[in-house]
Amino acid sequence: MEFFLQLMVNGVCIGLIYGISAMGFVMIFKASSVINFAHGELLAAGAFFFFTLTAWGGLPVYAAFILTLAASFILGFIVERLFLRPLIGEPLIEVIMLTIGLSSMFKGMMLLLWGGNLYTFPDFLPESLSLRFGAITIPPVYTGALIIGAFFLALFGLFFKYSSQGIFMRSVADNQTAALSLGVHVKRVFALSWGIAALVAAISGIVLGIINGINVHELSSIGLKVFPVVILGGLDSITGAVIGGILIGLLETFTGGYLSTSLKDVIPFIVLVIVLLIKPYGLFGLVEIERV
Amino acid sequence: MLLEINNISVVYADVLQVLKGVSLSVEEGRVVSLLGSNGAGKTTTLKAVSGLLKPENGKVTDGTIVYDGCPIHNLSPEEITRKGIIQVLEGRQPFKYLTVEENLRVGTATRWTQPYQEDLELVYRYFPVLLKRRKSLAGYCSGGELQMLVMGRALMARPRLLLLDEPSLGLAPLVVREIFQIIERINEEQGTTIVLVEQNSKMALQIAHYGYVMENGKIVMEGTAEDLRKNPDIKEFYLGMGSAETIRSYRNVKSYRRRKRWL
Ligand SMILES: Nc1ncnc2c1ncn2[C@@H]1O[C@H](COP(=O)(O)OP(=O)(O)O)[C@@H](O)[C@H]1O
Ligand SMILES: [Mg+2]
Repeated sequence: MEFFLQLMVNGVCIGLIYGISAMGFVMIFKASSVINFAHGELLAAGAFFFFTLTAWGGLPVYAAFILTLAASFILGFIVERLFLRPLIGEPLIEVIMLTIGLSSMFKGMMLLLWGGNLYTFPDFLPESLSLRFGAITIPPVYTGALIIGAFFLALFGLFFKYSSQGIFMRSVADNQTAALSLGVHVKRVFALSWGIAALVAAISGIVLGIINGINVHELSSIGLKVFPVVILGGLDSITGAVIGGILIGLLETFTGGYLSTSLKDVIPFIVLVIVLLIKPYGLFGLVEIERV
Repeated sequence: MLLEINNISVVYADVLQVLKGVSLSVEEGRVVSLLGSNGAGKTTTLKAVSGLLKPENGKVTDGTIVYDGCPIHNLSPEEITRKGIIQVLEGRQPFKYLTVEENLRVGTATRWTQPYQEDLELVYRYFPVLLKRRKSLAGYCSGGELQMLVMGRALMARPRLLLLDEPSLGLAPLVVREIFQIIERINEEQGTTIVLVEQNSKMALQIAHYGYVMENGKIVMEGTAEDLRKNPDIKEFYLGMGSAETIRSYRNVKSYRRRKRWL
């Protein structure tokens, strides 16, 4: 029983981080219908940037974290301006090819800068972050994941619900022509969605990097897990992304705990195929409002 | 003149010419109605003004559109809306997954750093039904409520020139009457200049000061609303009330055809 609960807690923590990362992917898709195959590289870039600032630059963790988020946001913004904007209005397949190209390009650049080695973060999380409930212990990283995940989830929830920019972003996702007719800066919304997506990808890259170590190939393939997550959650639902993330996280830790650790990374993709077969729009895809 | 359209041609997809030399002018503070049957080019004319042709692959290839002394026919919708021109699209187009109040807040996009509480109150005063529904998703509102919502949303931008595309489309007569009364009040109380595109010519000419009639991408007739209301052709073709003594004979059908061509 303790083992089960322990796995469940770990699964939820990891899943929350998957969910946060998938949220960024879904945001780009909702705003501009672009499927971003470079999501894994954005995730890896965040982890490496953080690693460079802390391990090599010697910056304090908090400063490095904030700096990484800012840099990632700017990176996403620039990627949209340079690569995606010229393709607005072009066929979807061209845009998909572009993001696949971006993914290779980023991966190459990261390999050039950091090589293919596995790095580990210096142990900076205080032992006091470790929580203990009876027989269950939550290791510091997982507590950190839980806090960071919950914090950013709440932050973006509030942003989308109450801030003007958040409402504009949702309006573009809902009806682009109508948003344009009211003077919503649609291109700015696209750029903002890339900025936020890169930012949340970096958050999950950092946390997953602390857990698994950081390596270009490893992290960018973890980034590919957004696909099972968003397929499970529905490509167009941000809440669905978070729930999908938690489900995949649970599934992985339970598989790793009870079956085998080598099956752990495969299971999300098996689920992906099964879900696609029975519910092509995901378990939590938006219910189309027909009236109107 | 607040808005002056001079002899514009509009082409879709580089080949399909829809407007063939349309000219019209709109005096500040007036309600100007643009009438005509389906496919005449009314929506295209409005989109040429609001800059919304671009995303539809349409283009003003000839002529000029001058607003408040500035040529605007090459500007983007972002720039045009910030000059105070807001188009209310045909077919309502709410943000279905946003609440009524969130829909209204999108209307502040052109001036989002400024407070909007007073504008919200103003819109709720014109459309009290929206206040009651403010927390429900727009996707679940009725057609009449939606028309009020999209007009209210446009008012939130404090437009100087409001372009309304067929606000009466598909609504019950009683609702249409209510909406037209509100349009008239907005024009009088807010001083908003309005271009009103309609197929319901009867209602439109009751609140408009001036009117234009379009056919096949051209303006075929213009005049004060009073003149247009009295005009026998308008009466027959657009108001659907041929004079009682006209007998429906073959000759009349022919005269209809002839007049139609002349129009
Ligand atoms: N995006 C478009 N691409 C090609 N043709 C269009 C487009 N929009 C409208 N048209 C054509 O232009 C003509 C005028 O349309 P429109 O301006 O919508 O007329 P109205 O609003 O008076 O009914 C129609 O024949 C229509 O088929
Ligand atoms: Mg039309």
